[in-house]
Amino acid sequence: MSNGLINWFKYASPQSFYPLAGKLIPWFWALAALFGVAGLSIGFLLAPTDAQQGEGYRIIFLHVPASWLSMFIYLVMAFWAGLGLAFNIRLSGMMASALAPTGALFAFLSLWTGALWGKPMWGAWWVWDARLTSELILLFLYIGFIALQAAIDDPRRADKAGAILALVGVVNIPIIYFSVKWWNTLHQGASVSLTKAPSMAAMMLWGMLLCALACWMYSIAVALMRVRTIMLERERHTDWVRALLTNQE
Amino acid sequence: MHWNSFGDFLAMGNHGLYVWGSLLVMALLMVAEPTLVLRGRRTLVERLRRQYRAESGEASRSRSAAGRRRND
Repeated sequence: MSNGLINWFKYASPQSFYPLAGKLIPWFWALAALFGVAGLSIGFLLAPTDAQQGEGYRIIFLHVPASWLSMFIYLVMAFWAGLGLAFNIRLSGMMASALAPTGALFAFLSLWTGALWGKPMWGAWWVWDARLTSELILLFLYIGFIALQAAIDDPRRADKAGAILALVGVVNIPIIYFSVKWWNTLHQGASVSLTKAPSMAAMMLWGMLLCALACWMYSIAVALMRVRTIMLERERHTDWVRALLTNQE
Repeated sequence: MHWNSFGDFLAMGNHGLYVWGSLLVMALLMVAEPTLVLRGRRTLVERLRRQYRAESGEASRSRSAAGRRRND
């Protein structure tokens, strides 16, 4: 067994992951703020007007990161849930539970910013289009996962039931991603319409990527915060949680 | 800088409502989420500390009660 594997298992125990997460959280907040300020400055102050959509296109700097994260967090959540189901690692279920509300938040924001973008560009807040409908199903999958876990008292059984739901729901992710290719939809294609000079296009792309990175760092920070709370709650009968909370005032 | 005036920036080419409506809600939710997580954590920590204090109180009372019984 290699050293890497031993370290992995060391941090798979809540007792050693808890302080590690605590140390990492401020760094992820700092990175989120840094990328956020950079991305929004480029997107809202420096990037040029879009040829077709005018200034309204700037919603892209919010909408695309939120949509990416809503899908990516689902994959990560399903990965942790599957790992927990296969190997019965305590940390896995906690990670999956910690990610679900943040994923739901981004799925909602994707729909919200999408509606506010759709209204001026398509003339409709909402259409029952493949891309929009599959993203709405993603939000329902997150809500279903959270509700199912909340309905089961025993955390280990809640993890298992949630994991099955999460894994079955993974099928929705490629449907969302490829919906704009597979069906005729109102939603624009995967790549942003970058019909301008390369430097301008690059500016829009950089703004979008930096905003996506900011959302990514935010997600890690807030999920780590939540997983620490879940750890305290679930491990409250253990000596390490008792020692931690009674010693440190 | 892309904008000629602050008014232009706010107007967003007549799409101000949509652009700022997106940004505002996103910012609000991304502040609300960690705030709720922090508040939940504080509530939990207080509850667990109370519980531990109650348990250790009970444990010491039952220890001293056992001690008295032995002395009788």
